[in-house]
Amino acid sequence: MAENGQLTGTFRVKSGMAQMLKGGVIMDVVDAEQAKIAEEAGAVAVMALERVPADIRADGGVARMSDPEKILEIEEAVTIPVMAKARIGHFVEAQVLQALEVDYIDESEVLTPADEAHHVDKWAFDVPFVCGATNLGEALRRIGEGAAMIRSKGEAGTGNVVEAVRHMRAIVGGIRKLATLGPEELMTEAKNLQAPYELVKWVSENGRLPVVLFTAGGIATPADAALMMQLGADGVFVGSGIFKSGDPARRAQAIVRATTHYKDAKVVAEVSRGLGEAMVGKEMGDLTEGERLAVRGW
Amino acid sequence: MAGNGDRPKVGILALQGDFREHCQVFDELGVEAVEVRRHEDLEGLAGVVVPGGESTTIGRMMVESGLLDGIRSYFYKGGPVWGTCAGMVLAASATTGPRQPLLGLMNALVERNGFGRQVHSFEADLDVEGFDAPFTGVFIRAPFFEDVGPGVEVLSEIDGRVVAARGENILVTAFHPELTDDRRFHEYFLREVCGIERSQ
Repeated sequence: MAENGQLTGTFRVKSGMAQMLKGGVIMDVVDAEQAKIAEEAGAVAVMALERVPADIRADGGVARMSDPEKILEIEEAVTIPVMAKARIGHFVEAQVLQALEVDYIDESEVLTPADEAHHVDKWAFDVPFVCGATNLGEALRRIGEGAAMIRSKGEAGTGNVVEAVRHMRAIVGGIRKLATLGPEELMTEAKNLQAPYELVKWVSENGRLPVVLFTAGGIATPADAALMMQLGADGVFVGSGIFKSGDPARRAQAIVRATTHYKDAKVVAEVSRGLGEAMVGKEMGDLTEGERLAVRGW
Repeated sequence: MAGNGDRPKVGILALQGDFREHCQVFDELGVEAVEVRRHEDLEGLAGVVVPGGESTTIGRMMVESGLLDGIRSYFYKGGPVWGTCAGMVLAASATTGPRQPLLGLMNALVERNGFGRQVHSFEADLDVEGFDAPFTGVFIRAPFFEDVGPGVEVLSEIDGRVVAARGENILVTAFHPELTDDRRFHEYFLREVCGIERSQ
């Protein structure tokens, strides 16, 4: 949109916003009080939602966008960016979130999908979107739809980092592989990845995604965060891991420091000391197929 | 200065934000870019950049790491500093918003997120003092200086809001030159603020 010489909603402005979050931790919060704890602990942004993923799992039922009242309350409480989740394919929830002026929309598999075949056309919005991906093809399809930031999916609400590791390795490994291919191999690879050719070509030439890549899903400890950063994440989303633990404020601070100093094991060791109880985790084998969130999204 | 012949070194505060983008630009311009995470990293630097990011997060981490005082004393000894976006917030002496750690290097009152939330983030062509042609500014939840005191020279403004300014050994921009291909602000910092003459 152009207004007195000012151009809003450009891809540079949308993807640039994610650049400013790099090296930081984005924390799930359900109310203003949690948002303040997150900001105080050094979070670069908060994700406003009705229930953290662990509770969504426990309660069952349809999980939807948050009550606008809650979102406005959180926006009022903190000066850092406020993100919020919309259901996959639910473009009206996304329109509502844009009207509420959230700073980023997460089109999220943690909520119950509203469309079984299509994601939101993210080019139609001025507000930027982050989307989850389990592999490179999925990441590039989301970018093709206009996502300005990608995150691994992991298995949210389990406190188990294994799926986030799998997704991050798949994405980063896929990028590395593309960089070794010759120009004549790219169209076939685009077909295999089910991804737009132009994006496949760009990644092959540049050796990275054209947008920021965060990690999410199951990060519960400072060491989990540092692990994901060493595997190539630009930053970390922490969902249930903080406010489902024994001492949320301290754990939040510790995860922030471990994310900054992810290469320095001494710092990670220091911040991990006597942190109290981490959230109770879930083994992947204990989840039924229907309980797996990462398979949502197409 | 150690190693690497006579390539001048510029430090980029690397606690959080888009520090790598700045590093790449300085590398391109023939300057060695060093990531600054600890007090010791400030040794022998020809300039320091405080990049874009979240100013509250970067401020807290600067307090923790001792870099808040470190960068202040570097600056008071005449060391050149450039703050972009969050860096401009941190450079100010006061903010209109809630209290947060600030470097306070510049006599100015800053309005954080002065242009509004992310949906109002924008690009605009700016007239900049001393530049022959407009510069495309990328503004992301950007701040502006509401008031500036003595010793601050305004380089660019939008409707009376200061978006670029300088002092004796400091430069601030509310926007992100490192997200564009235009190198003029990086060159300006090296030449006019750090006093580095490039031979290329």
